[in-house]
Amino acid sequence: MQVTMTVNGEEVAAEIEGRTLLVHFLRDQLRLTGTHWGCDTSNCGTCVVWMDDEPVKSCTVLAAMAGGHEVRTVEGLETEDGLDPVQEGFMQCHGLQCGFCTPGMMMTARALLDRNPDPGEQEIREAISGQICRCTGYATIVRSVRWAATHPNGVDQNQPEAEPADLEVPDPATEAVPERAGSIT
Amino acid sequence: MTTLDARPVDKFDDNDQKPIGHGRMLRKEDPRFIRGLGKYCDDIQLPGMLHLAILRSPVAHARIVSVDVTAAQAHPKVKAVITGADLAEKGLAWMPTLSNDVQAVLATDKVRFQGQEVAFVVAEDRYAARDALELIDVDYDILAPVIDARTALSADAAVIRDDLEGKTDNHCFDWETGDEAATEAVFAKADVVVKQDIVYPRVHPAPMETCGCVADYERVDGKLTLWTTSQAPHAHRTVYALVSGLPEHKIRVIAPDLGGGFGNKVPIYPGYVCAIVASLVLGKPVKWMEDRSENLVSTGFARDYIMQGEIAATKDGKILAIRTNVLADHGAFNGTAAPVKYPAGFFGVFTGSYDLEAAYCKMTAVYTNKAPGGVAYACSFRITEAVYLVERIVDCLAYELEMDPAELRLKNFIRPEQFPYKSKTGWVYDSGDYATTMRLSMKMAGYDELRREQAEKRARGELMGIGVAFFTEAVGAGPRKDMDILGLGMADGCELRVHPTGKAVVRLSVKTQGQGHETTFAQIVAEEIGIPPADIEVVHGDTDNTPFGLGTYGSRSTPVSGAAAALVARKVRDKARIIASGMLEVSVADLEWTKGSFHVKGDPTSAVTIQDIAMRAHGAGDLPDGIEGGLEAQICYNPENLTYPYGAYICVVDIDPGTAEVKVRRFIAVDDCGTRINPMIIEGQVHGGLTDGVGMALMEMIAFDEEGNCLGGSLMDYLIPTALEVPDWETGFTVTPSPHHPIGAKGIGESATVGSPPAVVNAIVDALKPYGIRHADMPLTPSRVWDAMQGHPTPPV
Repeated sequence: MQVTMTVNGEEVAAEIEGRTLLVHFLRDQLRLTGTHWGCDTSNCGTCVVWMDDEPVKSCTVLAAMAGGHEVRTVEGLETEDGLDPVQEGFMQCHGLQCGFCTPGMMMTARALLDRNPDPGEQEIREAISGQICRCTGYATIVRSVRWAATHPNGVDQNQPEAEPADLEVPDPATEAVPERAGSIT
Repeated sequence: MTTLDARPVDKFDDNDQKPIGHGRMLRKEDPRFIRGLGKYCDDIQLPGMLHLAILRSPVAHARIVSVDVTAAQAHPKVKAVITGADLAEKGLAWMPTLSNDVQAVLATDKVRFQGQEVAFVVAEDRYAARDALELIDVDYDILAPVIDARTALSADAAVIRDDLEGKTDNHCFDWETGDEAATEAVFAKADVVVKQDIVYPRVHPAPMETCGCVADYERVDGKLTLWTTSQAPHAHRTVYALVSGLPEHKIRVIAPDLGGGFGNKVPIYPGYVCAIVASLVLGKPVKWMEDRSENLVSTGFARDYIMQGEIAATKDGKILAIRTNVLADHGAFNGTAAPVKYPAGFFGVFTGSYDLEAAYCKMTAVYTNKAPGGVAYACSFRITEAVYLVERIVDCLAYELEMDPAELRLKNFIRPEQFPYKSKTGWVYDSGDYATTMRLSMKMAGYDELRREQAEKRARGELMGIGVAFFTEAVGAGPRKDMDILGLGMADGCELRVHPTGKAVVRLSVKTQGQGHETTFAQIVAEEIGIPPADIEVVHGDTDNTPFGLGTYGSRSTPVSGAAAALVARKVRDKARIIASGMLEVSVADLEWTKGSFHVKGDPTSAVTIQDIAMRAHGAGDLPDGIEGGLEAQICYNPENLTYPYGAYICVVDIDPGTAEVKVRRFIAVDDCGTRINPMIIEGQVHGGLTDGVGMALMEMIAFDEEGNCLGGSLMDYLIPTALEVPDWETGFTVTPSPHHPIGAKGIGESATVGSPPAVVNAIVDALKPYGIRHADMPLTPSRVWDAMQGHPTPPV
């Protein structure tokens, strides 16, 4: 069957099998491999994309169902103006390790911030609770989204690698024990 | 063993030489990941590529009567259907495991676990391949399965491994360590002996990216390229050469970006071999990617140890000895990925962080009708099980003695002046100051205040628990004199090339799965050679472009490959010094090294930078006598010992007495991994491991029913913590360098996974103290906690 949709602002038309999942259509036919496939049961959220500004799990959406709709993937987060602050936040706050869940997490985070520009920790945790990260333990993802909330214009080019000023959880041991403390003294 | 004072570090403690490399630095790999431009295995799409799907056994134990593939072969999009019988004709039906056992690539005689590989289909697309699986007709003669390891050795148990000549039972191996008689003597005289049955259930690493590969055999030049989800590409290449008969130089293994590993991507799975066979047969690239269910039911599980712990102590709390008897469930094939002389991995460190008079362990391992594996999920070669055992049994002792668990631990730690400390099971702990780390964690937690709060809440009938755990790991396998996998010594190579303009490329034998090697290894080299990390490219995961080494697992990258990176940089720096002496026309002895340049002693203005030297090394001018051009080096690092990171963890839980739901309110983790390379990345490694620990303690388990059906075959059934089940982590650190590691670093990747499960369980058991509970088995789901509150702390056998 023929399907037509808008993906990251560009109209695409393609011949597909009716049963083709949106995640496979994006990945295998459009070669947009930033959207991942991590489970078969809609639990992991590595496949989250937007359909008409709403995050959806693209493993549970038929490509045919996206016909006539606007789809946005991780590849559509960066614009001519530069990285989305969410992308910058994930880099600044170590919100990713292996990177596999990251696109889905960022798409959900952007949707949350569009709805609520200043979410608290619990709101962020609830927003990403349909998604699984095996690497980070989530705290740095929460910080990353908070970073994006407090830097709506992105990174300050003058201090690109500075410790984020609004890190809510400073390392408690930094003051308690100086570097190289321990038994070598 | 070198002492702390004699450790081979030249500039390490000099503040004026403050590292240019070490410190919080944003990751070099992130720009591609946050754009969705990571290149994972399933992202690879080659012209003409075909797709492979595997037919798996629906039953745990059955004889294969017949396999009819006629209808599948007739499918218009199918290119090939291969059965075990087809592979047997080519001598490829069986492959060696990493533990010198054999495993069926495709079943020929019997299926031995649910999910075992029976046949495969290669088709034009992934959907068609799946369709064709439905067309294969297999007739099974069902056999009685052996599911509970406790019954595996009973006389009436079916013999699972009748493929092994003369095999008449399900015995896999016996193993022991320590001194049985000496331990018995100590137990006989002890004031207090506490025994406890402790089960570490079967769990699964479940990385977000499942396992898979793309095999591409080029018939003209006879070269196989395999893109694969491998944590150990060099070791895999060698195994493929040994199994397939293809010459090793005609095999190129590439591990692209990996979506997590956690030990799941160490073994060689039948699917990889199937894809290689398919590409050899068809002359086309062939992709195989598991789905999530296949990953959970068939690939490397973890744990599955049934343990009896015993601890002997004086009445005032001096621990004298620990003894344990372990029944290990290895599944249908012994697929343990551990050094071959260590069939139980490094479980021998079950003596923990304590100074004992004696210790003894006896282990029996058995085959069952379950998936193979055993060493995975950030377990540091079974140290997870060892730490869980010792930290639970110590808490059981505290319960019986009515002592505070932190106080009991502080009383029994190996003391700083005892290092290097040889344990009663023969492990030489390199360095540590356990009490300092323990006290820091208690200070961060506000331990005394927490105990006061708990007392108040108990008086009101509220359930609050405080769990303490202290762990020591042995990581960085390992010294080649006694550690190998399939005969391959566990050393790692490293190559460093400095280009004429002073930019560098460093090539590693290890492979990141998210640990950030592209950043931290650039930092290690930068620290040693003074080239900024941004100017150092890290190449890894490609056997044609990196030196040989055994890969990333068991927290070995920093202890082994990190040492190699530091030493290869020093080797290059030594050559640079000689070239600098020619450029400055002074003797080598008159040069000093400062932050990337050599200067003449007493004259800092007379200096050449490493970049100047690099250009001279490649330039047309004269070089000192005997010095060849170029500025590069390669080494192979063989560690003299393992490194022994450790940590003190405190967990605070609240339990709803009405629903038995456990809420992890706080988690304080103080880790000591020696010299810290990138604190941001270390913190991330710890956070991830703590989440694993909460998952195992509260919800993760691969369970089976009596027929051998896997009950954890999807992420709806195998529960993994989300952001709502874990707290905001509180981390701290102390720094006690390893005396034998070139930069004093120890491993950190698995510390938190190893150390956190007992902290969570100890907290829950502590909360349930009013119910007279001393132990309860993981996973402590609401129903299990509820059962415990009703007087049934462990599930029925």
